[in-house]
Amino acid sequence: MRPFKFSIAGDPETAITTVSANANAKFLGGGTNLLDLMKEDVTHPSALINITRLKHTAIEKTDNGILIGGMATNSFTANHEKIRKNYPLLSMAILAGASAQIRNMATNGGNLNQRTRCTYFYDVSMPCNKREPGSGCGALKGMNRNHAIFGWSEKCVAVYPSDMAVALSALDAVVHVQGGSTGKRTIPFADFHRLPGNNPEIDNNLKHGELITSIELPENDLADHSYYLKIRERSSYAFALVSVAAAMSLDGTKIKDVRIALGGVAHKPWRAAAAEQLLKGRDATIANFKAAATAELSKAKPLEHNKYKVKLAGDAIVRALTYALNGAGYGIEAGLHSEV
Amino acid sequence: MEDQPKFPDLTDAERSALEELMPDEISEIITSGMKRRHFLKLFTFTGTGLLATHLLGIEQLMARSATGNPLPPTGIENGINVSFKVNGNTQQLLLDSRMTLLDALRERLDLTGSKKGCDHGQCGACTVIIDGRRVLSCLTLAATCEDREVTTIEGLADGNKLHPMQEAFIKHDGFQCGYCTPGQICSAVALVNEAKDGEASYVTNNIRKTGKAVELSDEEIRERMSGNICRCGAYPNIVNAIREVQGDKAVAQVWQFADGTI
Ligand SMILES: Cc1cc2nc3c(=O)[nH]c(=O)nc-3n(C[C@H](O)[C@H](O)[C@H](O)COP(=O)(O)OP(=O)(O)OC[C@H]3O[C@@H](n4cnc5c(N)ncnc54)[C@H](O)[C@@H]3O)c2cc1C
Ligand code: SF4
Ligand code: FES
Ligand code: FES
Repeated sequence: MRPFKFSIAGDPETAITTVSANANAKFLGGGTNLLDLMKEDVTHPSALINITRLKHTAIEKTDNGILIGGMATNSFTANHEKIRKNYPLLSMAILAGASAQIRNMATNGGNLNQRTRCTYFYDVSMPCNKREPGSGCGALKGMNRNHAIFGWSEKCVAVYPSDMAVALSALDAVVHVQGGSTGKRTIPFADFHRLPGNNPEIDNNLKHGELITSIELPENDLADHSYYLKIRERSSYAFALVSVAAAMSLDGTKIKDVRIALGGVAHKPWRAAAAEQLLKGRDATIANFKAAATAELSKAKPLEHNKYKVKLAGDAIVRALTYALNGAGYGIEAGLHSEV
Repeated sequence: MEDQPKFPDLTDAERSALEELMPDEISEIITSGMKRRHFLKLFTFTGTGLLATHLLGIEQLMARSATGNPLPPTGIENGINVSFKVNGNTQQLLLDSRMTLLDALRERLDLTGSKKGCDHGQCGACTVIIDGRRVLSCLTLAATCEDREVTTIEGLADGNKLHPMQEAFIKHDGFQCGYCTPGQICSAVALVNEAKDGEASYVTNNIRKTGKAVELSDEEIRERMSGNICRCGAYPNIVNAIREVQGDKAVAQVWQFADGTI
C-alpha cells in the first residue's frame, strides 16, 4: 500500500471540505472495498478521511417513508425492525451480500460506491478502461463469463456488484447527498449509477467531495409480496451471477404494482421495465411471469462467454416473482436457498 | 527422557535434516516434557520442508517473547497515535497510517492468534471482535480503532478457563490444521450473540418477524459462518460445536483425546 494521510472527521462539513480540497482524497467508510483496492494498487488515494464517526447512522420515519443513514452499517440496516417489517426486500438483499463480518463493517454509502469485481479491473498488469482510461478493455474479447448482458459499451462490459443497490433500485429509493459547491441535493436511484458509455471510469453521478448522508425509501405496499433471489456459484459468500429483486402488490388476482430489478447483468442495477410494463394490470400467473421474463431478456446482448446468463436471468425472474407472489416467506421454510 | 528414542517415527533423512536444522536452545526446549512429545509428533506428520518452517516459527517466537510488549515500530510514514483497548488492556501505539489492525496485533502487540490468510477479506482467518461485533482485521485500518475495544482469540479465555466455544471446538474436534480456528471461534462467539439478539440471516424464515431470538438450525449456522473458510473442511464439527454452545445442550461427542495423550 502506498503512503497516505489519515484523518477522522467529526462533522460532515469537515469531511467534505477536506476531500474537496484534494482531488486525490477519499472518504473512508468501512474500508472493505477501498482498502482492498489500495492493497492491490488499483487505487491510491493520498488522503483518507474516516467518516464512520459522523452522526448519520440512524434509521428514521419521515412523512412519506423511511430515511436510512449513509454511515449506518449494512448489518444494522438489514436488521432494523422498520426495514425488516416494511422493506423486507432490502433486508434480504443486504443479507445475501458478503459475510457477517463484512456487513458489520460496510456502510450504506460505501456499499453504493463499491467498484466492479471485474478481474481485469483488479489486475493492474491488464488493460482496463475503468482503471486506466484509454488502455482498452481486457474483458470485451477476453474471459467475460461474469460480465454484462445489458447496457454495455465497447469500452467496458463490467457489471456492478452490489446486492443492496438492486433492492434500492426496485424500491425507487432516493439518495441524499451533501457537497461543497452544490450544497445538499437528492438523486433518484435510477439516475445514481451510470452505464459505461465512453467513460467507464465514472461509476456513478456523485461528484468528488459529495457525501452520501442518507438514503430515502418511499412508502409502498410491496412488503407482503417481495423476494430477493441471488444465484451464485456457491450457496453463500459469493457475488451474484444473476440476482433478482422482485416485489408486487395485488388487487385480488391482478397485479396492481410490480417492481423487478436485476443484479449481475449490467453496469448498474437493471430495472426490468419491459417485464414490469407487461405485468401491470395483468393476472399474477406463472404464464404471465414467463412472458414478462421473455420480453425483458429478448433485449439482452450477451458476450462470448456469458450466454448462459440470458436463460439464467429469465428463469430467475420467474422464480423470484413466484416466491414473491406466495409471500412465501423468506427463508428456509420455502426451501429456496442453496439452489442454482 | 532417556527411555524415549531420540526421534521416534522419523526416517533417516528426516532425522538428519532435523539434527542439522535444530539450534541448540530449541532442542533444549523440545527435549523437556510435554512440549517435546507434541513437537515430535508434529514432525512425524510433516515433511522436512515444513519441519524447517516450524523450527523457524519457534525460533522467532522465542526471540519475540524476550523483547517484551509492545514491540518497537520500524519505518513509520504518516504516523498516527492510536489508543485503544485490546483484550481489556489499554494500548497506545504510534502507527504507520497504512497499518491494518491485523498487522498491529501480530507485529506490534505480539498477539499472533489472529491469522493472516488472504489479507483481502475473503477467508475470515483474521476475524476479531470490535465493540461486540465480529469484523475482519485485515480490512480494518488500525488508525480507525481509536477508543475501540478489540477482543482477539487471546482475550476469550478467563484466565486458565477456556471460553465455552473454545471448549466446544476441542470437544468436537472443530479443527484440523487449526489455521482458521482463531477466526472461526471469534466468529462463532459473536454469532451466538447475534442470534440471541434476534438478528436475521439470508436463510432466516420470515425475515419480517422481529424481536425474537433466532433458533439456530444447521443451515442457519452454515450461512452465518460462511465468512470463515476452512481449507481442511472441518465444517461438520464446527457446526456441532456451535450448536452445542448455542443450545446449551450436549450434542453427541464425536471425538476425544485418549487419556494421557496431552
Ligand atoms: C470478500 C468480499 C465479498 C463481498 N461480497 C459482496 C456481495 O456478495 N454483495 C455485495 O453487495 N457486496 C459484497 N461485498 C462488498 C461490500 O459490500 C462492500 O465492500 C461494502 O459495502 C463497501 O462499504 P464500505 O463502507 O466498506 O466502503 P469503503 O470501502 O469504505 O468505501 C468504498 C467507496 O465508497 C466511498 N464512500 C464511502 N462512504 C461514502 C459516503 N457516505 N459518501 C460518498 N462516498 C462514500 C469511499 O470513498 C470509497 O470510494 C464483498 C466484499 C468483500 C471484501
Ligand atoms: S469490463 Fe470494464 S472493468 Fe473490466 S476490463 Fe473492461 S473496462 Fe475494465
Ligand atoms: S485474512 Fe482477513 S479475511 Fe482473509
Ligand atoms: S482447520 Fe485447517 S484451515 Fe481450518
